[in-house]
Amino acid sequence: MSTLHVTRSTPLSRIALPLAALLVLLLAAAPWWASTATLRLIGEIMIYLSLASLWNLLAGYTGLVSVGQHAFVGLGGYILFTVALYLGWNPLLAIPLAGITAALIAVPVARLVFRLNGAYFAIGTWVVAEVFRLSFAQISSLGGGSGSSLPIGIMKAMAESKAMRESLIYWAALALGTGSVVFVYLLLRSRIGLALTAIRDNETASSSLGITIPRIKLAVYVGVAAVTGMVGALIFLQKLRIAPDAAFSASDWTVLVIFMVVIGGIGTIEGPIIGTLLFFVLREFLADLGTLYLMILGALAILIMMASPKGLWGLVTSRTGLSLFPVGYRVETRGDQG
Amino acid sequence: MKEAGALRPRNDPMALLDLDNLNKRYGALTVTDDLSLSVEAGEIVGILGPNGAGKTTLFNLVAGTVKPNSGTVTFDGRDVTRDGAAQRCRAGISRSFQVPQPFNGMTVFENVLVGATFGRAAPDAGEFAMQALEKSGLARKANMLAGSLPLLDRKRLELARALATEPRLLLLDEIAGGLTDSECHELLDVLRAVHASGVTMVWIEHVVHALLSVAQRLVVVNFGRKIADGLPDEVMASREVRSVYLGDDAHG
Repeated sequence: MSTLHVTRSTPLSRIALPLAALLVLLLAAAPWWASTATLRLIGEIMIYLSLASLWNLLAGYTGLVSVGQHAFVGLGGYILFTVALYLGWNPLLAIPLAGITAALIAVPVARLVFRLNGAYFAIGTWVVAEVFRLSFAQISSLGGGSGSSLPIGIMKAMAESKAMRESLIYWAALALGTGSVVFVYLLLRSRIGLALTAIRDNETASSSLGITIPRIKLAVYVGVAAVTGMVGALIFLQKLRIAPDAAFSASDWTVLVIFMVVIGGIGTIEGPIIGTLLFFVLREFLADLGTLYLMILGALAILIMMASPKGLWGLVTSRTGLSLFPVGYRVETRGDQG
Repeated sequence: MKEAGALRPRNDPMALLDLDNLNKRYGALTVTDDLSLSVEAGEIVGILGPNGAGKTTLFNLVAGTVKPNSGTVTFDGRDVTRDGAAQRCRAGISRSFQVPQPFNGMTVFENVLVGATFGRAAPDAGEFAMQALEKSGLARKANMLAGSLPLLDRKRLELARALATEPRLLLLDEIAGGLTDSECHELLDVLRAVHASGVTMVWIEHVVHALLSVAQRLVVVNFGRKIADGLPDEVMASREVRSVYLGDDAHG
């Protein structure tokens, strides 16, 4: 009799993973082959890839539909400015520090917003972000409502040459962008991922089978806040200037991100990647149209949501069953493999 | 109300499961009324009662899905009344749902793996999940999506998931309903094997002949109260049980 064993890869994923690794290597070498403008564009794509993957983990896999993630983007940005202006540290060191701070702040925030369910949770997270924005506008030492800029002396602590600084920021963006996708992928393949999928399908059965639901949700919320805070620090290191309205911008750091995840495919790892790329393609071609460009984006989002609620990647998987990042388990008979 | 059959002591600290004066009310509706029950390790206890008698609520109280208004639940000598369902599952209480609650978007194997991963402490979850599937006759359907299973297989899946948590106390809620005779026999064989491996069982079932073929003790519940508790023959012969449960006229 043949023995059964469990496999977690598919033939496609066995090809896709080395290709993805190759692509990341190629991107890591971009400072040597790309222009400054291209470097900045890829950096921006990476930042949105990170935000989209994180929001998808939160809303698509954990059922925490937050519309207030800009709270942690702005918080990360302000941590960077506090560290740079008052401690005089290398701004790159502010990125992990922003992550730790965002995680610590996320714990009491979670205690508050986790009391709310569904739409009320969403509104609660938005209110928290507004409170953050108004609070930082009150801190006059950080520029109050009009904001402040990073002095060039601080930037020189990072690297003497402008080209080197651009490269460092780019690599940090690449690390956070690809790191977020890898983080989500590994998390979903772990015990936590199994629990998340179970919770998504049926909460009563999940807790009856030993899953402590509040603990898992808190862990994901805090983890996502930490990485979002790091991305926030990086965004404003690139911009060199921060003000409350830009730091806590719902449209820039939450609405666009939701758009990317929804058109790409919520609740899939591939979806946010496709959605982010599609958004930047659209922006490159249509941004000159001004207001019309935003109307086209909105119409496109509505169309995709109606035609395929699981986004463009959902359309692909339902037709082909493809999965570039398999997180499930398949039982195989060992004899079949030859 | 009188109790039929052999009366048991109300409180038995040596029992695996001990329910002491449990009450559960939803507004004005009392669904569990001062109910006390002890289950010894190694027993198979059958629970009978008309629809709406509070049998499933009783399971919810034992499994921790709902909390009682008053009374205590003691499992293995420890007061677990305030523990949630997840904690009680890890302590060794596992249940199947009357209306199957599969994880529809996951495969049969993944469903069972959830129980084997989170319901027990040992690390060999994959292997243990496979064993639970084989015991419940679902091994060949391991890769099917749970949402696509027919009713019988969903019931089997409930059993497989519960077994995968390596329970010491297994609560089965109407697991034989809707099965054909031969399917029912298969199920009984599985349950006997599980019991032989040292698992204590409490089984709610309307299919009385199935219940009687394995139960060592019967408890009858009506209006949230325990009205009989004793040896199956004695309980089934009691007038009050016949009147309440089987619809016979006790005064006729």
